Amino acid sequence: MSQEYRLDKVGLVNRDKKISFKFNGKKYFGYEGDTLASALIANGVHLVGRSFKYHRPRGFFGAGVDEPYAIVQLYRNGETDPNCRATEQELFEGLEAKSVNCWPSVNFDIGAINNFLNIFLPAGFYYKTFMWPRSFWYRIYEPFIRKAAGFGSASKKHDKERYEHKYEYCDLLVTGSGPSGLASAYSAAKNGAKVILAEDKPRFGGSLLTSEANIGNQSGKEWAEKIISELQEMPNVTVKNRSQVFGYYDHNMLVMSERISDHLPETKKFTPKQRLWYIRAKEVAISSGSIERPIVFGNNDTPGVVLSSAAKEYLKVYGVLVGKKPLIFTNNDSAYETAIEFKKNGITPVVLDSRSNPDSEIISEAVSMDIDIRFSHVVVAAKGYKKVKKAEITKISEDKNELGKIENINCDCICVSGFWTPTIHLSSQSGNKTKFDEKIDAFIPGKSKQNETTLGSANGVFNLEDTLKTSFEAGYEISKKITKNDNKISIPQSYEKKQSKHDKFWCVPLPKNKKYKRFLDFQNDVSVTDIELALREGYRSIEHVKRYTTLGMATDQGKTSNLNGLQLVSSIENKVVPSVGHTTFRPPYTPVCIGAIVGREIGKHSKPTRKSPMHSWHEKNNAVFVDAGVWLRPRYYKRGNENLFLASKREAENVRKNVGVCDVTTLGKIDVKGPDAAEFLNRVYTNAWLKLPIGKARYGVMLREDGIVMDDGTTTRISENHYHMTTTTAQAANVLSHLEYYLQVVWPKLNVNVVSTTEQWAGAAIAGPKSRLLMQKLFKDLDVSNESLPFMGYVESNLSGVPARIFRISFSGELAYEVNVESDNGNFMWEKIMEAGQEFQIQPYGTEALSTLRIEMGHVAGSELDGRTIPYDNGLDGLVSKKKDFIGKRSLIRKAFTAKDRQRVVGVVPLDKKTSIPEGSHLVKDAKAKLPNPKLGHISASCWSVEHNNPFSLAILKDGKNMIGQKLFAMSPLKNKTIPVEIVSSHYVDPKGERVRS
Amino acid sequence: MLYIKCPYCGMRSQNEFAYGGDANVKRPELNEEVSDKIWDEFVYLRKSPRGKHIELWHHISGCRQWFKVQRDTTTHEIFRTAAINEDIK
Ligand SMILES: [Zn+2]
Repeated sequence: MSQEYRLDKVGLVNRDKKISFKFNGKKYFGYEGDTLASALIANGVHLVGRSFKYHRPRGFFGAGVDEPYAIVQLYRNGETDPNCRATEQELFEGLEAKSVNCWPSVNFDIGAINNFLNIFLPAGFYYKTFMWPRSFWYRIYEPFIRKAAGFGSASKKHDKERYEHKYEYCDLLVTGSGPSGLASAYSAAKNGAKVILAEDKPRFGGSLLTSEANIGNQSGKEWAEKIISELQEMPNVTVKNRSQVFGYYDHNMLVMSERISDHLPETKKFTPKQRLWYIRAKEVAISSGSIERPIVFGNNDTPGVVLSSAAKEYLKVYGVLVGKKPLIFTNNDSAYETAIEFKKNGITPVVLDSRSNPDSEIISEAVSMDIDIRFSHVVVAAKGYKKVKKAEITKISEDKNELGKIENINCDCICVSGFWTPTIHLSSQSGNKTKFDEKIDAFIPGKSKQNETTLGSANGVFNLEDTLKTSFEAGYEISKKITKNDNKISIPQSYEKKQSKHDKFWCVPLPKNKKYKRFLDFQNDVSVTDIELALREGYRSIEHVKRYTTLGMATDQGKTSNLNGLQLVSSIENKVVPSVGHTTFRPPYTPVCIGAIVGREIGKHSKPTRKSPMHSWHEKNNAVFVDAGVWLRPRYYKRGNENLFLASKREAENVRKNVGVCDVTTLGKIDVKGPDAAEFLNRVYTNAWLKLPIGKARYGVMLREDGIVMDDGTTTRISENHYHMTTTTAQAANVLSHLEYYLQVVWPKLNVNVVSTTEQWAGAAIAGPKSRLLMQKLFKDLDVSNESLPFMGYVESNLSGVPARIFRISFSGELAYEVNVESDNGNFMWEKIMEAGQEFQIQPYGTEALSTLRIEMGHVAGSELDGRTIPYDNGLDGLVSKKKDFIGKRSLIRKAFTAKDRQRVVGVVPLDKKTSIPEGSHLVKDAKAKLPNPKLGHISASCWSVEHNNPFSLAILKDGKNMIGQKLFAMSPLKNKTIPVEIVSSHYVDPKGERVRS
Repeated sequence: MLYIKCPYCGMRSQNEFAYGGDANVKRPELNEEVSDKIWDEFVYLRKSPRGKHIELWHHISGCRQWFKVQRDTTTHEIFRTAAINEDIK
């Protein structure tokens, strides 16, 4: 198919490289350097979608990030992306795209019936209609809205593309490569500053690409090319195209998304699809330019109504005509550049200028080219459904209230220019207030809050000479401040045509008896009458008007609509625009790919994985692993067809009967050293520590200041001033911070140091009645008798030449030891233990058996120490010293903590001795009581007791102390279970603790 | 993301630090008799000022020192940082 709207020889696309692509299943051709939008327009395709609410036909409106209409579903290399702007998507071989928000097709869209039912879809329609009855919401309203609304659909597949994050520092970040960006980057770079220049588009130069201005005796475009190539050669400069700085955060942190591969048919090996840059810039030059705003008139959303600047860009950059019979409608001089460009290419436009008698160089030039110009004329309405065919035009009175006789004029596009809106998003995100500039009828940045300065048209300066002067100077001043260099380069002479004043006019009144829709927000279908209705209904704050009408809430964030919305509110309210204010500019400036935000932190990379030195042994021996915080721990070691239940039961039984070994490397370990270490421990733990002898371990409980148990573990006195503290796996990091806080902030005079040694030691717990026999075999020279190494004893020895620490501590309730060796020797230790243990029927056991053993002996752990319980609740009140003070002690006398019926840990056994009780079940007196059934407690941990061969659970139960022997019900609405249970002691195994001391 | 000057390590990004709350809170002395009211205030009650606030930060992914930061709670401007034993006036 021929590209009938493509001009020969005009534009920057590469005519030697033809590219084929598909849109809605049909094949087309474009050129390298095209966007999807320019290629479609070249092929005469103007209908690309349907609008959000009324499903009105949608074409193209802009040529860049401001595009509200041309949002397509993109297909690339087996992946699909919704919400892709055709005006930004570069063409690549094999690109496929489809229209969104239309069914069954873009040409015949059933939803368009909404357009005829529009009196039922006014502002606030969703709020008003979908509220009642409430029960309709989930089943009827929400699915309906979800189906009817939204652009495209996200892929349900895992994204195989790779995204990266990068952190960067620079002296000056320049956001945009138009005249102000190039000038400030160049002069700062020449003065030695480290500069990053970011350009959103593939081509550098911004407005210089399409302007007729001259800089330094060459065209603006040539000057831009020269500056860019010079910058690219400089070692202190990073120049990036396809890179959007979308967010300005605290302390001059800016985030930029670099689209590395989106313009290629597929991502190259070893490159990411996109890269997110976190840039900490000493200074920022915001040179983001400005966006043309439309003038509001009837049916101004008809395909073929485009921004005048976009028409010029399609022409000059892509060699593409948005129409062959253009009507240009303007209130200022810049649209004349578009008119002249058409004329130069043999197309004769008609220009309607709302001003009565403007006079400027460029208008004279247009007149001299025989362009049909009609002053005091406006477009009343566009005619045509899927494409502009005609326009109703008329003369307008000086006060812009009276319309003359309406006439029809044939045209195939309407290029509209309502003057320029500075892009102040980044400046506003930086925290700056905005100020309304009467000269340009738009907001410009107020005083800088962070180290940033806004330059050029983003700052409301539309004159090239001033822009270059201020930008060159800004680049010099900023760099001088940072580098202390003083290399100032001269500012080049520039020439552009002088412009006359624009007209404040922005909305064409409706003729009598006409009800044309006049749109403000083109993506969300918000019209003038919607805003009027919202105001009639009492909405005043612009933030409320926005949310009620959805003005500016679409994916384009109102880049072309916000200011006209404000104009309307202010004219109805009879206020000036600045007193209406504007809605907040929030990041991101343009939609950002979720993949880029996530970066590499996905799947198993979403958090670090810590493995013990014995990990590979566990792997080789069929361990099934479980996440314990960031650690991977063996949950059980599978034999044959065993499942979790059978394997962990076997392992736990073997500990009770013979001997087992468990990898306890993950336990937190902290070295506490210094002359005041004992005093410090005495303040940290609830029990007494001053008299612990060298070579002894003690179990301790630490509280938060509010009296809640923070953690527990054993601490061993290794030598006079050296203690080895252990924490639970989960709390290790928090406990270290907690200790550091008290040492550094609260009691700085204590002479103590703490450091984590978790990764320095590998640990193996050896537990079971045969563990002493095994220990004797492992440590031949050591006396491991109960007399020499009693419960809570500590001794140092060596394991076949490897230094080892031996603690006689137990988590299982059995006679047990814990052996620590330096991490590098962990695997050696483990293999020695397994080898020596064979004759004692040793088996490794995982966390599931470990839990079983601790639950049935009533040893509280994380599920009881859950951040809500005090020592009493856990049966640990015996460890609370009455004599000394410690962290959190004062809280323990609070009324609720000393209540007679205070909750306490108990054991729970199902009456049938068969049914396992789901963890989290509630304990209640009466299973049939009316809801809400009073809860007496909850099941904190459940296991299959290997000692008694029936289910056993721990619970935190109100007045638990006096409930032993009571019959209650454990209810789990989640599992739909009600289980009659009996309350027993939490110490279900060896209640007197004889085994650990044997 | 804030940019915080650790008194020991220099300028580092916020993700290396943990926030530690009001630096002006003073723990009652050990073994000191304190009323319920004073204890409750120490444990639970914190001011949430608008504007300048002296607070604790902990350089957890760095030198592991706690230190003081004077920050504006509305603008996030950091006026100064100091070691624990230094005063911020
Ligand atoms: Zn530090």
